[in-house]
Amino acid sequence: MASSLIIGQYVPEESVVHKLDPRTKIVMIFAFVIFVFFANNGWSYLWLTAFSIGAALSTKIKLRYIARGLKPVWFLIVFTFLLHLFVTREGDVLFDIIGFPIYTGALIQGVQISMRFFLLILVTSMLTLTTTPIEITDAIETLLHPLKKVKFPVHELALMMSISLRFIPTLMQETEKISKAQASRGVDFRTGPLKERIQAVVPLLVPLFVSAFKRAEELAMAMEARGYKGGEGRSKLRELEVRARDYLAVVVFILMIVGLFLLRDM
Amino acid sequence: MQENQIVFKNVSFRYQEDQPWVLKNVSFSIQSDEWVAILGHNGSGKSTIAKLMNGLLFPDQGEIFVHGIEVTPETIWDVRAKVGMVFQNPDNQFVGTTVRDDVAFGLENRGVDRLVMIKRIKESLEAVSMEDYLLHEPHRLSGGQKQRVAIAGVLAIQPDLIILDEATAMLDPRGRKEIISTVNNLRVETRVNLVTITHDLNEIVDADRVIVMNEGEVWIETSPRELFAKETELRTIGLDVPFVAKVTNRLKDTVEFSEQPLRQKELIDTLWTFHSQT
Repeated sequence: MASSLIIGQYVPEESVVHKLDPRTKIVMIFAFVIFVFFANNGWSYLWLTAFSIGAALSTKIKLRYIARGLKPVWFLIVFTFLLHLFVTREGDVLFDIIGFPIYTGALIQGVQISMRFFLLILVTSMLTLTTTPIEITDAIETLLHPLKKVKFPVHELALMMSISLRFIPTLMQETEKISKAQASRGVDFRTGPLKERIQAVVPLLVPLFVSAFKRAEELAMAMEARGYKGGEGRSKLRELEVRARDYLAVVVFILMIVGLFLLRDM
Repeated sequence: MQENQIVFKNVSFRYQEDQPWVLKNVSFSIQSDEWVAILGHNGSGKSTIAKLMNGLLFPDQGEIFVHGIEVTPETIWDVRAKVGMVFQNPDNQFVGTTVRDDVAFGLENRGVDRLVMIKRIKESLEAVSMEDYLLHEPHRLSGGQKQRVAIAGVLAIQPDLIILDEATAMLDPRGRKEIISTVNNLRVETRVNLVTITHDLNEIVDADRVIVMNEGEVWIETSPRELFAKETELRTIGLDVPFVAKVTNRLKDTVEFSEQPLRQKELIDTLWTFHSQT
């Protein structure tokens, strides 16, 4: 499951999309998520789909890989489609399936909703596929910067995110170590009734939490010793830079939106 | 009192009111170009001394001066600008997601300009021979490599004083060797003021002076050579001398030593010259 779900996984490639400023990507994807809801006919959906697949192709990540990664989500898409198909009662009756009348409105709505769903997931997963977590963190920090005026802890949030990212592999290794240690003492994680298996997780979680808190304390001390005193007066090593390709991407994106609104009226 | 030194004046410390004293009336001073090793077994108060030196803790009684500044809650940022510290656990002091980001952390905290930062990161990673690992994540590094990155992070801020608080205690023998040779190289190249805290007498060989702590008090202040001769006394406070010292101390009745050998080579040289004379 973990390996097949690609949402949140970064695939290194040398593509234009990878090299775009993460802020450009986040803003465009955010805008796309909103504009998906403006599509209202077949042409406009086709237009959006063509754009998303074009964008996916330009990442140089194999489409097969992306499609396989979306596998767990297919179920949800099909499920929403069927739900709308059977529940909505608008328009004329098209045909019956074992006594269930299917309406034309239902078919249209089912297709629309599942298309939206598909487009949203495809495009948002492209953010994490082409952007490293730390780039996303940096982008969020700069994008949320204006919120500092209303005392929103932007810097702290970004630092928390980057420290979490840094400690994920460490804690994974630790979990593995503890689970081996407990297994060697006879804790059985794999067999038995569900209730027992859930109980078996407790001797795994308790030491993990204890050590995580200890780590946090030591890390805080080390950070303080290295002169950390909050976001004030801090400089940054990693710099985000808006380049020509970012402007170009935004222009393409705006043209796409204009196209969308033209197609809406057809 | 000289400007450039570390002075502990009658320092006492305890973590809580109802707990026993961790440090009892400790006084010593360290010159600005010295390498001093602070030695002691667990609970002797040696790590507390390190934390007092850069204001992570404050003394209950007494005064501490670090390179001319008294360590008080008001001056901690001035003190920490001069003091770099490496801790025991390699994992729990690695803040950045990559080697480069981690070395940058201390510089970012001080608001150092980006271009200066890049230059200093490069230089300090070269000083610890980790320049090939610039973009590595911490989980792809060994313990010794992580500690070398931590040392690079300290070097990057160009401190007047570097404290290694049991920086080798959690490493395997190879990692330990890496760190010790890194530190020795630094000493040769920069003459930076160095305080190492350890319980392993093998690591004090190259230090200029040793302060041995026991039960929160200064047990003795001496040179490594003299300390190695005090095998039986050291054993009473739970410390063990290295193999070279043990052999020497056994042979003292039969062989004439002009001075206590510190390294294996010195011992062997003394032995063969003695043997060829007799």
